Amino acid sequence: MATVDKSKVPWWVSNLIVPLVNLTLALFVSGIFIFIAGENPYEAVRLIIYGSFGYIEGFAYTLYYTTNFIFTGLAFAVAFHCRLFNIGGEGQAYIGGLGVFLVAINFSFLPVPIVWLLSIAGAFAFGAAWAFIPAYLQATRGSHVVITTIMFNFIAASLMVFLLVDVIRDTAQMGPHTVALPKEQWLPNFKDFAALFGIKIRYSPLNISFLLAIAASVFVWFLVWKTRWGYEMRAVGHNTQAAIYAGISPYKNIIIAMCISGGLAGLLAVNEVLGVHHKIVAGFPAGYGFTGIAVALMGRNHPIGIFPAAFLFGILYQGGSEVTFDMPNITRYMFVAVQGVIILFSGALENLFRPQIENFFVNRLNLKAKA
Amino acid sequence: MEFLSDIASLINSTLRISTPLVFAAMAGIFAERSGVIDFSLEGKMLMAAFVAAVGSYFLGNPWLGLLLAIIACVSLSMLHGFASVTYKGDQVVSCVAINILIIGLTTALAAAWFGQAGLTPTLNEDQRFLEVTLPFADSLRDIPIVGIIYSDILSGHYVFVYLAYLTVPLVFWVVFKTSFGLRLRAVGENPSAVDTAGINVFSMRYKALAINGVLIAFAGAHLSTAVNANFFREMSAGRGYLALAAMIFGKWHPKTALIACLLFGFTDALQIRLQGVELPAIGEIPVQLIQALPYVLTVVLLAGFVGKAIAPNAIGQPYIKER
Repeated sequence: MATVDKSKVPWWVSNLIVPLVNLTLALFVSGIFIFIAGENPYEAVRLIIYGSFGYIEGFAYTLYYTTNFIFTGLAFAVAFHCRLFNIGGEGQAYIGGLGVFLVAINFSFLPVPIVWLLSIAGAFAFGAAWAFIPAYLQATRGSHVVITTIMFNFIAASLMVFLLVDVIRDTAQMGPHTVALPKEQWLPNFKDFAALFGIKIRYSPLNISFLLAIAASVFVWFLVWKTRWGYEMRAVGHNTQAAIYAGISPYKNIIIAMCISGGLAGLLAVNEVLGVHHKIVAGFPAGYGFTGIAVALMGRNHPIGIFPAAFLFGILYQGGSEVTFDMPNITRYMFVAVQGVIILFSGALENLFRPQIENFFVNRLNLKAKA
Repeated sequence: MEFLSDIASLINSTLRISTPLVFAAMAGIFAERSGVIDFSLEGKMLMAAFVAAVGSYFLGNPWLGLLLAIIACVSLSMLHGFASVTYKGDQVVSCVAINILIIGLTTALAAAWFGQAGLTPTLNEDQRFLEVTLPFADSLRDIPIVGIIYSDILSGHYVFVYLAYLTVPLVFWVVFKTSFGLRLRAVGENPSAVDTAGINVFSMRYKALAINGVLIAFAGAHLSTAVNANFFREMSAGRGYLALAAMIFGKWHPKTALIACLLFGFTDALQIRLQGVELPAIGEIPVQLIQALPYVLTVVLLAGFVGKAIAPNAIGQPYIKER
């Protein structure tokens, strides 16, 4: 493989061109899958674009999915800076839902904005707590977080179904879900917001949590790159031995990184429980936790990259539901496969064409400099 | 007598339930001993289940289904090798990608080809593996003790069950008693020393991954063409991860990994028995909590109450030949 002097590669080549080439490859392979499933890939692309941009409610849905993916993408990214693979976002978000619900229902005597703040804290705390045990075991016993967090996803699913069926179920209803939260606690919806300006639109799940997601992005950027904590975390992730020599404790940082990661995943529940369903519905994390992995890897684990990546997956999800509506052979699982392909090309195989592309641009720039 | 037959049926189901775990753990040993992390056992097992079920449905022969499953799993192993050995990508990311890809692809294709529920058609008796009755099992049944052990515990399993337990000594022999095994272990411990000795590190890792693909295919085929007669969505249900935990708990050694697999199998068998049973003093345990038992056990085992597990030294690191 050709080697390139990293310092001579312009930032936009490694952070823009290479990811775009990888994404294109991934989408090309996904097109082949759609073809195998017996549908027309071009038509699918048209439907995706129409479904996600074609009308205002569709676009609102796109931003609603984007909100979820920002949370889970940030969650994966924070842990990844400490070289930890937190693939337990799914379970942490699920348990985070419990935090939101318990806080909101028990503190309903307080003014609504305070309940919201407390619920956000509750979601973060419960998500963080669910990540704590795998973190502790990784730090002290070396139990690989990939396995323990996956196991905690299964355990969270069992626990929540148990709670939803036997303990906190709305006994007046049949389904496994809790009672609805009082209406005044529901987060302001995009539809109400548009109505303020006299624009009438149909319902979409987009709500004010979108702004919370933006705030969380800023928080992560500040935490990871501008604080001592973030620096220590990255040092442990980069070279544990060197970090130890520098007096940085890997134990402490593994646990902090995982808990913040779990907390961010827990925030997904603010959107789902407080903003959309207004109660805990069985299985509400619906795979968003796993999608967060793809989002973070595509966004190169930086909030500035995670936002467009989350938006792209928002397009895929919302446009994808349009596709499943119109194409009987395509189910939402096709888009799970697409995520896998994207993780493959923008994560594991990211070096496939990187040297060639970087070489190409470095040579061109050299020629320009000589001329 | 009823107590004895209860025990016998518990052991019988333990052997059956542990089978895919044993294949997967042995597959994991090959990959990880060569220095390549393999979290993608889960995805490969699911892929094998899908391909075996679809293959034997169309070809009418479960052995052909198994063959196709082997081809599919070896291809996935090669993909993992391509990304993480040749292109030095992150091994864990490559595995996560394969797992998510396969969860999506198998269900999506099953839905596209056979209808929205994501199930493959039920296989008839010619298209699936049937239980094997060992010779004289019926006539020996009435002999006390021996009859129970032979006829009720050992006889009447699917062919994969016997193959799985035969694989363990074979893996032990290959990994610890042959020169191939020595090279395999050396590649995982100190690849540059192996390279100096004139052995190609990359080709060793690819060979290990190929064997890994063959073994894991049996686990998947067992699920969809023997125990069940079709493929359904996410039917591997975390078994790939359980097997990996068993392998780590077994310190990357076939014999101890086997014991850990049997322990998982036993917990699962017990879990099924405990559902709806009133326990003295505790009462009936909610079914959702009982179902979580194997997963809790995995975490407990990984936390290693029997000492810290030491992985092969070079695991997870791509080998870079010095220039």
